[in-house]
Amino acid sequence: MSLDVFSLLAIAAGAFFFLAGTVGLLRFPDALTRLHALTKADNLGLGLVVLGLLPRVDWPLGALKLIVIWLVVLLAGATVGQLIARVARQARPSP
Amino acid sequence: MADLLLAAAGFVLLMVALGLVRILRGPTVADRIMAAQLLGTGGIATLLLIAAATGMDAAIDVALALALLAAFASAAFAYGAADPDDPEADRG
Amino acid sequence: MTLAFDAILIATVLAVAGWTIAARETFAAVIGFVAYGLLLALVWVRLAAPDVALTEAAIGGGVTGVLLLGGAARLRGVVAAPDAWPAATLRLAAAALSATVAAALAAVVLLLPDPAPTLAPEALASLPATGLGNPVNGVLMAYRALDTLHEKVVLVLALIGVWSLAADRAWGGIPGQRRPTRRDDALVFLARLLPPVGIVIGVYLLWAGADEPGGAFQGGALLAAMWLLAMMAGLVTLPAVSSRWLRLALVAGPALFLAIGLAGFVIADAFLAYPEAWAKPLIIVIEIALVLSIAATLGLLVAGPPEQAPPR
Repeated sequence: MSLDVFSLLAIAAGAFFFLAGTVGLLRFPDALTRLHALTKADNLGLGLVVLGLLPRVDWPLGALKLIVIWLVVLLAGATVGQLIARVARQARPSP
Repeated sequence: MADLLLAAAGFVLLMVALGLVRILRGPTVADRIMAAQLLGTGGIATLLLIAAATGMDAAIDVALALALLAAFASAAFAYGAADPDDPEADRG
Repeated sequence: MTLAFDAILIATVLAVAGWTIAARETFAAVIGFVAYGLLLALVWVRLAAPDVALTEAAIGGGVTGVLLLGGAARLRGVVAAPDAWPAATLRLAAAALSATVAAALAAVVLLLPDPAPTLAPEALASLPATGLGNPVNGVLMAYRALDTLHEKVVLVLALIGVWSLAADRAWGGIPGQRRPTRRDDALVFLARLLPPVGIVIGVYLLWAGADEPGGAFQGGALLAAMWLLAMMAGLVTLPAVSSRWLRLALVAGPALFLAIGLAGFVIADAFLAYPEAWAKPLIIVIEIALVLSIAATLGLLVAGPPEQAPPR
């Protein structure tokens, strides 16, 4: 029972961070700040969702998959953020 | 419980959709490349919540593949969009 | 609740598809196409087809996206003149044709009797004889193995078609331009860390495909995507397409499949029939060879026709 409450709280927090990320995407003034909102807030939201779902999947394979997913997304967010920022710095507005 | 998880999945999907509307409008190329990253992170969250809500464990495998492929697609776009003659590219 | 979720998903998919068609710049359209592919994977999961979802994500989101990106890059300097756009009547005719096909498909699906005619119960009933637990894989590797063999041969033929586009001096050479090595530290970092994880997951998808959703094609497409990532970062150099080992890797899968199929005349009673006790081991051996060939073929398809002359 308390595990269910924990899951719901973590997932609700994750959903809140997704909301924050989208608000950032919609309101931030330029590409670099939007990139920041995307890679930081959304990754944290996903991490919280993964945390909330860990008690609900079968152990160990399901939990291992969830953690691998989260680590891959972290790695991707970090590196792809750098790559996109380089493109943004070259700042060619599309026609 | 399943209903709440599905509602959370729907909420995350809605956030992704709203983000996509903003991102795909641009105006810079970098904005559009972020679409792959957004779909990756949000799509994975949605899939994981669906897996927990409907008991479809295979959705976790799809989320795993999606994680790798969204990273790959974003890297490919950034690589393809980057100016190959950028003199500052060597400074990591 | 499920209706609300599906409604949001459908609206998003349609909006992204519409945006992709309306996009003015090729690069933007390719991004829209990849986004559409990734969203379709979600749709497939909602339709309870995780095998198709895996394939859609790997092919539509990964391999085809990069293929189109390469095409867009080659066309980058070329701007279509305004009067080279198709005439309005032609575009209207194309739109009408597409709408008709879509309406016909929708009518067929909506007018199906309830319950729709299906062979699923028979397929599930015969599954234990093949030793597999995943009915999709049972269809692919046992019931309709002939179609799967044809598909793999078609992949190799497509690759031969791509190779035949090479200029005379580059015949049998190395695909892709010789790029000046750009020290792109972030990309190299990603290409060093992600492919090992991707290879493990690709092999896992192959292995799990026997009983869970997965299979040779999904695993192979994921492996191809990882190989392409390493290529982009400059961590691997492609061999010349005339290299013997490369060609061996490409045909190993279909050749082994064909050989086992022909052996079916001897050890079972028909082409591509498996003897009862040996069905699962044979299928697994075929799939292992297929994964290698699929990964190599898809990777080389995206790499394109040879552009550098073969090394002496």
